[in-house]
Amino acid sequence: MTQSLTQKLANPTRFMAFSAWLMPMLAAAATVVLTIGMYQAFFVAPVDYQQGHTVKIMFVHVPSAWLGMMGYAVVAASSFGLLVFRHPLADVSAKAALPIGAAFTFLALVTGSLWGKPMWGTYWVWDARLTSVLILFFLYIGLMALRDALSDDEALAGKLAAVLALVSVAILPFIRISVEGMSIPWLGIEIAGWNTLHQPSSVIRSDGPAIHPSILYPLLINALGFTLLFFTLHLKAMRNEILRRRVASLRAKAVARSADAGSVPGEPEGSR
Amino acid sequence: MSAFRALLGRELQLAWRDGGALGTAFGFFLIVVTLFPLGIGPDLKLLGRIAPGSLWIALLLAALLSLGRMFARDAEDGSLEALVAGPLPLEALVTAKALAHWLTTGVPLALGAPVLGLLLNLDVGTMPILLATLLIGTPAISFIGAIGAALTLRARRGGLLIAVLILPLYVPTLLYGIMAIAAVVTPPGDAASSLTMLAAITLFTMVIGAFGAAAAIRYQLQ
Repeated sequence: MTQSLTQKLANPTRFMAFSAWLMPMLAAAATVVLTIGMYQAFFVAPVDYQQGHTVKIMFVHVPSAWLGMMGYAVVAASSFGLLVFRHPLADVSAKAALPIGAAFTFLALVTGSLWGKPMWGTYWVWDARLTSVLILFFLYIGLMALRDALSDDEALAGKLAAVLALVSVAILPFIRISVEGMSIPWLGIEIAGWNTLHQPSSVIRSDGPAIHPSILYPLLINALGFTLLFFTLHLKAMRNEILRRRVASLRAKAVARSADAGSVPGEPEGSR
Repeated sequence: MSAFRALLGRELQLAWRDGGALGTAFGFFLIVVTLFPLGIGPDLKLLGRIAPGSLWIALLLAALLSLGRMFARDAEDGSLEALVAGPLPLEALVTAKALAHWLTTGVPLALGAPVLGLLLNLDVGTMPILLATLLIGTPAISFIGAIGAALTLRARRGGLLIAVLILPLYVPTLLYGIMAIAAVVTPPGDAASSLTMLAAITLFTMVIGAFGAAAAIRYQLQ
């Protein structure tokens, strides 16, 4: 019977060997693509005639927002893998993805805010997209807070965080629709959102003006570079987490051994 | 079904005999509503405009207070394990508990909200739609809250944690409640569709709350 890749990697030792092989290549690819992307963004892409150089923020802002969402998808998929397939590395993956996804979400919020100052004249606008990214950030905080509060029982913390992640992911479409509204013209679906209520005309639409290729290509290269960076960091964080758990279990064994050594000689094991 | 009814009856009876919880929640509700004019200023026009949103937020926070005890008391004295070992599926148990929480907290607070609205210069014509949104929306508070209560059963600093975990999940309920009210206050609006969305979200949370909280409890009793 052939095993799938995820089944093979269920063995942590095999995963460590595999990731040690994959890590340098991923890191190198991320470095190369990000270097090209940033060069394109700063020296090749044209300066916007209205926004000037502030348009360059987009090359960090958009990939960060995308990775914030993808990070949550990784957490949710890992949670599903933990609760349904009981994959031993799923909890490690979910835990490792949390701070990275939260950091990118935070980066998206900060760059959006900095971009908002010259664009809108204020650091924060209750724009529909900004708001739903902010709520995504809160969901990350909730997951990390739950893990932290249960840190004395990590197996339980992983399972409960997985329950919360899956519940949140099920409610996430409702959050998005309630904030941003939903419009699928060819199905005749038109649901008002919180923001569309106040300013229906100024909402950024997905079918809005197409981005010019001279900006689109650098943006896509940066998005790819940031995605590679995400997976490099995620893999590294997973390796660190596995090593940390090994150290913890070695420590626990050492403590147990020294406790045994200190017991009264001749006393049968387990009598205390 | 009879086990479900018996459990629901037990929860209601416990809440009734220990009436202090509802009183405390009401006191909190009243104080938070009072804080809005104190913080913003006694401008009646402004207060009237923010009244529905303020009442919704104050009610959310007041209902949140009592959530932590939904399973904690039964977990402490061991009756939760007895209930889990009983004939009732854990999902039905959670449903009974959350339903009891709604009946003893959500409904009374919702009924009191229009009265407290008088403090905020709430327009009398807005009261029916406010009450409707609160009654349709508050079950979601109890059922999402059940997930939070179940998840924090063993956690340190459960009280604060539960708010951080579940308040973001209340966003759709809050927004559609507010949108339905706004549609009535400023006429060119569609209150019916917002109410429908509100009801849909409540029904959805009833399902996901029952299964999510049951899963969380199951993992902790293993």
